[in-house]
Amino acid sequence: MGARRGRPARGTAVRLGLMAVPLAFFALFFAYPVVAIVGRGLKDGGQWQLSRFGAVLSDPDVVRVLWFTVWQAAASTGLTLLIALPGAYVFARFDFPGKQLLRAVVAVPFVLPTVVVGSAFLALVGRGGLLDDLWGVRLDTSVWAILLAHVFFNYAVVVRTVGGLWGQLDPRQEEAARVLGAGRFAAWRRVTLPALGPAVAAAALMVFLFTFTSFGVVQILGGPTFSTLEVEIYRQTADYLDLPTAAVLTLIQFAAVLGVLALHAWTVRRRESALRLVDASQTARRPRGPGQWALLWGTCALIAVLLLTPLGVLVERSFAGPDGYGTVFYAALGSAANADSTFAVAPLDALGNSLAYGAAATAIALVVGGLAAAALALPAPRRGRSGRTPLVSPFVRGFDALLMLPLGVSAVTVGFGFLITLDAPPLDLRASWWLVPLAQALVGVPFVVRTMLPVLRAVDGRLREAAAVLGASPWQVWREVDLPMVRRALLIAAGFAFAVSLGEFGATVFLARPDQPTLPVAVARLLGRAGELNYGQAMALSTILMVVCAAALLVLERLRPIDRSGEF
Amino acid sequence: MSTTSRITATVVAAAVGISALAACGTPGGGSDAKTVTLVSHDSFQVSKSVLAAFEKESGYKVKMLKGGDAGKAVNQAVLTKGNPQGDVFFGIDNTLLSRGLDEGLFTPYRAKGLEKVPAALQLDKGEHRVTPLDYGDICVNYDRGYFDRHKIAPPKTFDDLIKPRYKGLLVTENSATSSPGLAFQLGTLAKYGEKGWQDYWKKLKANGVEVVDGWDQAYNDRFSGSAAGKAKGDKPLVVSYASSPPAEVLGKKPAPKEAPTGVAAGTCFRQIEFGGLLKGAKNEKGGKALLDFLLSKEFQEDVPLKMFVNPAREDAKVPELFTKYGTTIGQPATLAPGTITKNREQWIKQWSSLVLK
Repeated sequence: MGARRGRPARGTAVRLGLMAVPLAFFALFFAYPVVAIVGRGLKDGGQWQLSRFGAVLSDPDVVRVLWFTVWQAAASTGLTLLIALPGAYVFARFDFPGKQLLRAVVAVPFVLPTVVVGSAFLALVGRGGLLDDLWGVRLDTSVWAILLAHVFFNYAVVVRTVGGLWGQLDPRQEEAARVLGAGRFAAWRRVTLPALGPAVAAAALMVFLFTFTSFGVVQILGGPTFSTLEVEIYRQTADYLDLPTAAVLTLIQFAAVLGVLALHAWTVRRRESALRLVDASQTARRPRGPGQWALLWGTCALIAVLLLTPLGVLVERSFAGPDGYGTVFYAALGSAANADSTFAVAPLDALGNSLAYGAAATAIALVVGGLAAAALALPAPRRGRSGRTPLVSPFVRGFDALLMLPLGVSAVTVGFGFLITLDAPPLDLRASWWLVPLAQALVGVPFVVRTMLPVLRAVDGRLREAAAVLGASPWQVWREVDLPMVRRALLIAAGFAFAVSLGEFGATVFLARPDQPTLPVAVARLLGRAGELNYGQAMALSTILMVVCAAALLVLERLRPIDRSGEF
Repeated sequence: MSTTSRITATVVAAAVGISALAACGTPGGGSDAKTVTLVSHDSFQVSKSVLAAFEKESGYKVKMLKGGDAGKAVNQAVLTKGNPQGDVFFGIDNTLLSRGLDEGLFTPYRAKGLEKVPAALQLDKGEHRVTPLDYGDICVNYDRGYFDRHKIAPPKTFDDLIKPRYKGLLVTENSATSSPGLAFQLGTLAKYGEKGWQDYWKKLKANGVEVVDGWDQAYNDRFSGSAAGKAKGDKPLVVSYASSPPAEVLGKKPAPKEAPTGVAAGTCFRQIEFGGLLKGAKNEKGGKALLDFLLSKEFQEDVPLKMFVNPAREDAKVPELFTKYGTTIGQPATLAPGTITKNREQWIKQWSSLVLK
């Protein structure tokens, strides 16, 4: 370090200071509950019983579940790439009316709760569903329903991750290759594909992660025969109270998720390597020639069939009252139809609950995720005079991965962990209002970090140094240099955290107090009761939830900054 | 940043701030001596007026925590034993009872009015760790219209269900994920014993029984006799409750002569639900008062139309809907709670590999 000894040390201190809050948050609300519940399953009289791994792994039922989990995730990922990559191209390279709206629309499924999507798909491909009525096609007990629902959910991940980068690749590079005599395909294969490769890989890994840990979709559409690791952990914990088996399965899933995340981090680092990026708005132009128009229309048609039809069926059902179309179900939502009942809350009040929980969860996620992103974005101590490569220590990388882990750990594990750990003063949170937003924030943090990090990293360090040299305090530097550049990213992160918490179901259903259900919980409750009115109300509530999510995303589209390839 | 975005940003920020403030104002959970907390499953229901009368009379405010279906609620109680989430637990049934008793979840208390509960329901007689509060029977329901149209008699017993004339007509629930499904399996265990039940299910499978995940799907989607399914289902036989036929009549005007569905009385398994004072309860006194209330005539008479089960007290009046359209099951199948707890997982696993694969 030589002459610069003082600065890196101070940098490290700042980094550690920034990491303190996120680390404490994760230690208390994630690691401690999860370790406690796993320990409860694997410890017997203070001794770790590792032999249980052998017993569980030699159970043919468990092997079947593992196999299904892996292959359905692989198949879902492949299918999603196949269907969404042309879409990514269309969004990246073409300019057409309504593009912003369509970009927002394709992201709606991503933030919808799985109960809603499950019921939408059942209404479409289930018994008595639209396809059944029209052509007698029922997919509800086949693996196809699961795969299609996964494509539905993750289409936006590919379009945004890959399309975001694709839009910024300088098309002149490909053109140059063609001028030099390469064919259209060869030019694409030699120039664009290698540049896109890491982004495609990163998107594929995210889709794999989401589908590997799929819960609601598989539970609703899988019937009794299909089960993923996540569903099996839920069954072993909640139905059988077989904590040892659940603990082993949790650790297996944990290992798999860590592996996927490590690969993902590696591809992201590769993506950040030297690419010549340009402003996305300069690369998109109106489609030319029948081929490009066909591609555009084909993509629109695909989006209409695959993404809009399930949502449309949901809306249609919400208006299909007993005496023809009308707003009967919506009216029932607001009225005290269940007045003399312990379902004390009018379903519409659930909207208020959801918004309040969402706001609190967003605030927590922004603080925790914002600090974490700031810590990760700090320039690393420089190696040598010219070394511009950030030298990130394994510790920081580990921290980065830690922030993503809640996406891959079963909500029921976290929920049960909360129950048995946060149960004594000063942290007896089991009956507290805060339990739900805390759990939801866990899922929101990764999105905040992923949105903020690229923007923070892109802030030119020389600006900060210049300000510091001119006598600004660290706080002033942050306010004058960083804040103006990250304000939009912050808002987008807030929007995502908010939407994710609106749709979060797994942990909420477990923790929400019965007098304060959220929208997804209310939908699930209504679906669980007999009767036409309940079903209609569930559809109406789902429709409201969908509209709220879509509106939030549309606002975000307008706020999207000059696109640095964000990861979501 | 354009003006519009700036305004939007300010609005969003303000909204977030205000909601956060509002959130702070929301009362958190407190457990003072004036509050008594009931832990239960999702199906627990009580009329507001009945509950309000108890709150007024006793001076306690009742807080309710519902944790999923019956099995999940019991498992949550087991996990939090010693430091429970509430004071009284409602809804541990005979299929799960001995798990709760073995774990020592409950403090003994003899609720007022227990002498009015028939001895057959008192499975913890003498110790009073739990109090029987209601019971219901899980039976095969049939669609009267279907059997009239096809001029065949509906089945009456387990043996009937494996006869060729009922081939492909029955839909039941997954034992692993649904309590009516498990109860039906336990019924076959009570009837055919440890040796014969698997053989019976092989025959049932050969006779085309279909399995779905939950009661909701079985009854509302697949059963041809349910109104909520708008008769789209194609299975005229379903595993449901003896109280389902009265539920089908509820609210129908004019009231029909008989319910559109019936019950095969020889296929029933009895579920008894209990309540108990949780060990480590913060408000034991209030918990005792609440338990007395759950066994009081007012609550017991509220039970049938709220939860569609029968009151445990024999002196509780049952509504006409039940007496007119319901079926009284004389000889339901039962199994000792201890036997069930000891074997349930193994039975479910055996059932799964026999029927699902």
